[in-house]
Parts: sequence; C-alpha cells; structure tokens
Amino acid sequence: MNRQLMTGNAAAAWGARLADIDYVPAFPITPQTEIIETLSSWFDSGAMQGRMTVLESEHSMITAAGAAAATGVRVFTATSSQGLLHAMEMIYTVAGWRAPFVLVNVSRGLSAPITLEPDHNDVLAARDSGFLQLHCSTCQEVLDSVLMAYRLAEHAEVRLPVIVNQDGFYLSFTREPVQIPDQDQAKAFVGPYDGANIRFRASMPESQAVAVLGGSPYSYFRYECHLAMQQALSVYAEVAEEFEQRFGRYHGIIESFQAEDADYLYVMMGCFATKAKQAVLSLREAGVKIGLLRPRLLRPFPAQQLIDACAGKKALAVIDQNLSMGKGGVLHAELTSVLYGQSDAPPVVASFIGGLGGRDISQEEFFRIAEVLQIAGKSGQTPQPRLLYTQEEWTEFKKLQSIAVYERHEQKEQP
Amino acid sequence: MSETIYRRMKDLPSTHLLGAGTATCAGCGGLQALHQIYDVFGDKTVFINAAGCMTLLSVYPFTPFSGSWLYTAMGSAPAGAQGVRDALDILQAKKRMPASEDLTAVVLSGDGSAYGMGVSSTSGAIDRNLDFLYICYDNEGYGNTGQQFSCATPHGAKTATSTGASGYPGFKKDLFSLWVANKPAYVATVIGSEPLDLARKVEKAKKIKGPRLLIALAPCPTGWGFDPEQSSEIGKLAVKTGIWPLKEYSDGQVVHSKIPKNRLPVEDYLQRQGRFAHLFKPQRNEALLQGIQRRIDDYWRDIDGT
Ligand SMILES: Cc1ncc(C[n+]2csc(CCOP(=O)(O)OP(=O)(O)O)c2C)c(N)n1
Ligand code: SF4
Repeated sequence: MNRQLMTGNAAAAWGARLADIDYVPAFPITPQTEIIETLSSWFDSGAMQGRMTVLESEHSMITAAGAAAATGVRVFTATSSQGLLHAMEMIYTVAGWRAPFVLVNVSRGLSAPITLEPDHNDVLAARDSGFLQLHCSTCQEVLDSVLMAYRLAEHAEVRLPVIVNQDGFYLSFTREPVQIPDQDQAKAFVGPYDGANIRFRASMPESQAVAVLGGSPYSYFRYECHLAMQQALSVYAEVAEEFEQRFGRYHGIIESFQAEDADYLYVMMGCFATKAKQAVLSLREAGVKIGLLRPRLLRPFPAQQLIDACAGKKALAVIDQNLSMGKGGVLHAELTSVLYGQSDAPPVVASFIGGLGGRDISQEEFFRIAEVLQIAGKSGQTPQPRLLYTQEEWTEFKKLQSIAVYERHEQKEQP
Repeated sequence: MSETIYRRMKDLPSTHLLGAGTATCAGCGGLQALHQIYDVFGDKTVFINAAGCMTLLSVYPFTPFSGSWLYTAMGSAPAGAQGVRDALDILQAKKRMPASEDLTAVVLSGDGSAYGMGVSSTSGAIDRNLDFLYICYDNEGYGNTGQQFSCATPHGAKTATSTGASGYPGFKKDLFSLWVANKPAYVATVIGSEPLDLARKVEKAKKIKGPRLLIALAPCPTGWGFDPEQSSEIGKLAVKTGIWPLKEYSDGQVVHSKIPKNRLPVEDYLQRQGRFAHLFKPQRNEALLQGIQRRIDDYWRDIDGT
C-alpha cells in the first residue's frame, strides 16, 4: 500500500480519483482551490478520464453537479464558506432531486467580517438541506470518507448527496501521512455508478423535479427524503464495516476515545478533536476519568448512538466551533434535544463555543473545561454557555480597537 | 432561408408534441410559441426550466412533454443545461450510452430569468460555448408572480410594481444584442403569431451547435390586459408596428427576417392593452407616446432607410 505525506485537500482529490468519478463542476474558493487544481492536473495528464467544467459561480456549479448526476454520471465537487452559501438554494434543490454526488466542503468562517480561517458555521448552514454530512478529523479520514460517501450517496435506499467536511487550513493545508488505497480495490469498493431510474435518454423520457400542487404530495416527497436520510445510518454502518474489511481502517458513526469508562466527556466535531484527545491523555494520567465523543455524522443525526454513548456520564462538555446567532452552539442544541427525557442522560451538558474563525483551542483550555466539568458534575448545576476567549485576547483586541478609532479620528471621520 | 422546408403554412408540422390541457392562462402567447418551437425542434430534448409560468406545465404526476424535463431554479437553468450536456458527452465518450440516445439540452425560461436573474448563468454558458438552445418566452414582466416589472418591461407599461402615472420608467433591455455581443452560434427573435418565420428559425437553430437563443415575444392576456382571443392579433400588431423586430444573428451577421412595410403607428398596438391605458385616458400622454414612437423609428431608420 502506498503511503504519502499529503494535505487534506490532496486527500480529497485522491478520494475523488479513486472513486473513479466522471465529472467535476468547479469554482474556486480558498481554502478549497488545491482540490480542483489537483483534479484539473490529473484530467490534463490523463491520470483521470472525464471532464472538469469551471462554472461562473457555486450556484451554477451545484446546479450542474445535480443535473449531471441526474443524467447518469458520477460527480464530485468541492467548495467552502461563502461558496456553499451562494449555492444554498441549489443545495436544497439537488437534495430534493435525490441527485447522488459528493461535495467536499473545506470549512471556513462566514462573512461578516470576512475571514479566510475556519469554523463550522458554513457546513452547518446546510444542515437541514437533505445532504448527508460526514465530518473528518484527519487527512486519512478525508480520503476514506470520500470513498465511503459514494457508497452512501448512490445506495438505492439513500440516493442523496453527501457533504464530506474538513476544517480549512488545519486539515486542508496540513500534511499528514495518508495511505492511498489501491485503485482497483477502491474501484471494487465503490462499484460502478448506478443511475437507476434517474437519467435522461432519447428512448426513455423522464421528468424530474416537477412542480407539485398542494401540501400532500409535497409532504410525501419531503418526508421520503427524511426517511432515506434516516435509513442512511444503517447503510453507513454496513459501509463502514465493509471499508474496514477491505482497507483495515474503521470510521464509525461516532469516534469514541477513552469514553466507555469515563465520567466526563468532550463532545465535538472536526479536527480539533485530535487536540481534545491529547488533553484526554494528559488528564487520564492525572487521574481524571475523561474521554471524547466525536460524531462523524451530523446528518443523519446519530441520536441513539449518542444517547447510548452518553448514558450514565456525570457531565458533558459540548465544544462547538460554530455559533447559531441568538441560540448558541449547534451541536449542543442537537445533543441536548436527543438526551432530553432519557432516564440515564448526564445531568450536566455544558456548552462551550471555541475555535471561531480559526481561533485555536489550547491544551490549557481543554484542561480548564475539564475542571468546570468536574465541579459541575459534583454540584449537578449546568454552567452558563461560555465563549472560549482569554484575558490576553481581550487586551489584544482592545489594542486593535484603539488603533482603529485613533486612525478614524486622525482622518477626521465621524466615529 | 432558401433551404427551408417551411415554405407555406401547410408545410408546418402538426405533431402536437406538447400535450393539451396545460395550466397556463387562455391565450398565452408563450405557450403558443412553445407549441410551435417544440413541434419543429422535436422531442429528443431535455427541457431545463427556470421558475416562471411554464414551471406549471409539468405538475406531478402529469407532463405535457413527450421528451424530458428538469426543473432547476430561477437563476441557473443554463448551468443545469451544462450539467446535462457534459454528462451526455461523458456517457458517450465512455461508451456507456450510444449516440442515438443523445438529447439536446433546451433551457426554457421567462424574461425575468433570461434578462435578469439568469444572466450570470447564461453568460457563463456562452463563454463556455455550451451546446444548448435557450428559449425565452418574453411576457415583459414577472408573469408568474403577478406581472411585476422585469428588465424586459417596455417603457411606460403599468405593472404591479410600476403603477404610477407614467408606468415603468426604465427601458426594455436589449437581450438580443447582449447575446450577439458575445458571438454565440445563433440568436433569433420570434413570435407565435408568425409561425412560418418562427419555424424557419427553429429549423435553422436545430442544425447549429453551440449557444443558441430564441426570444419569443409572448403576448400575455393576464399581464398585459387584453382579451385572450386577441392574443395573435396583438402579436401581429407587435410586428407590424415595428416594436418587435423579427431578426436573427448567425455567422457574425444580423439579418431582419421580416421588415414591416408601411409600419403602423405604435399606438395601434399600445391602445389594445390595459397596461398602456394610462397613456390614452383620462388624457393622452403625448410626450410618452411620441417618445415610444421615436425610439421605434430610430431603430428602423438604419434598417429600412425610413
Ligand atoms: C430565487 C427566486 N426568487 C423569486 C422567485 C419567485 N418567482 C417565481 S416565478 C417568478 C417570475 C419569473 O419571471 P419570468 O422569468 O419572467 O417568467 P414568467 O413568470 O413571466 O413566466 C418569480 C419572481 C423564485 N422562484 N426564485
Ligand atoms: S401570465 Fe401570461 S405568460 Fe404566464 S401563463 Fe398567463 S398568459 Fe402565459
């Protein structure tokens, strides 16, 4: 087996190449560009057979992706942040078409203020669209997840598009050792594209995505999507098992790290979970029984798996790299909603918001969160949601503000 | 157009590829044009539709199309055509589909999409030299949402969002020139009330590859305010008054296919429609009427030398 140092972006491109895709509609956005540049060079060199079309926007890119998948070819595309939002109308639309394809999102914070650095608000904006969501924490997982995503997307009982998410910069531009599966083995795993009943042919006229009148057919089709999405959980479990048999790597619905005997858990998605694991190791040495849960699937939401994994714990800390304005952390809300009413649910589910716009989460902060959890676990009192932000950051930011205000006064502008 | 098979009215196809009983308004000029275009172009097509009146042609579980259909959204139907075209090409290149199964990607949208929201997507498709046919039925407003003005609305027309004494203050955008400036394969204006002219242009568009546009002026009884039975009459007047020039662009040249002799005054067209009633009652808006006429005269001066 071929092992190489590669970025998350290169891993995503390798996933697409090994899945034997036919078509890449594309539009550039940082930090996703390396993915399409890599694929473009492979099409040019003949390493890949198929076509790349550069569209004039992500709205068009996703339209073309859905239309091509509905015509009968295997489609891969990638975007990030504002691109995903620009395409949002079509994200919902192509999911409603039941067009099976894979979209890698390289997470990046949303405007305004504009930033290039990552958090998860972009991908979470697509949460209710009908796209499945797989969240990765290593470059290897990115490659493997793309392969698995095609199996999910094209499965007869699912037939929905999939987003494979990786964190911008932290994964997209970080080189890690990645095993590249053998092309034939990957091809055998993914299988040939089966457009089944969705394709346009002269001999077989089809009408897709026609209008409906009245709520009853509408409800029917929307609910069908929901059921297919739920069905995807058991399909995922099968796919993950088969993947392990073939390639020796297991990517479960939830990654569970030292969680079984733990009293306390960090619950989080994405690559910062690897930092949390480091904190778990240190804390375990110090005698704190803490572990980590990392849901890899956000949609469909693995409710029962999370309920089971959290059962009997003293306290959880959900660390969200996102902020739902006026509400708080999205994963926190998702998790508490399924834990509610469960007899052995943890009494404390604390919410922490961190890592917005690329802000790091330090080991000290993970330790501090563990302290808060232990105190809360004893008292049974859930602490107020908290934004991870240090005194030092506050001082630094105040400095920036004073410069901005000073400059404005110098130029005799109204504040 | 010497090589046309459509010399007389009886040469026109009577296939009725588009089924009857659709949900459009009685007398819809857009539907009239679509019927004719479809019959000449044939049903080895996949229509890629943008939001508008024609979206309600296919309502689950029925469709009047004997070919294929895909509804996209208001802003990106040409990108849908791109995806379908690319996929069909790939399938043939990889020998997963015989060439006999090939289809033409046909975008179907109203003016709101073609002149406005869909321009970015259209522009991209032209840049990429996409092989597709774009049919725009131009009812000069957002018809489906109740005839608000679009950038295809003519100067002075009353719409649901230009209700003032002078109607729509803007001027109809020149979509024909917008396309022509980018040197596509083919562009033509048509109207359902001139079926021979329309059939010849569709016949031509069918033989050409690349980005092709047909703009069909679509007299709209509901939005324009006239009796449905007058639809063809209004269409004919649009041509006879010169307000809707019938022309085509191919091989780098614009040619008028029908130059109205003894052009009628534009008033003959305007006063038949409720959307222009305020130009005549309670009193004539002479300045506006003259302005409209002058712009038509200016247009034709270079063409017919009047
Ligand atoms: C993004 C978006 N905005 C608004 C609408 C609402 N809408 C549906 S049809 C329509 C009018 C379309 O006008 P036009 O393209 O001229 O077609 P017509 O309705 O006249 O057939 C509008 C505004 C929509 N479907 N999508
Ligand atoms: S509103 Fe006008 S364009 Fe729309 S269906 Fe009715 S007549 Fe046709």
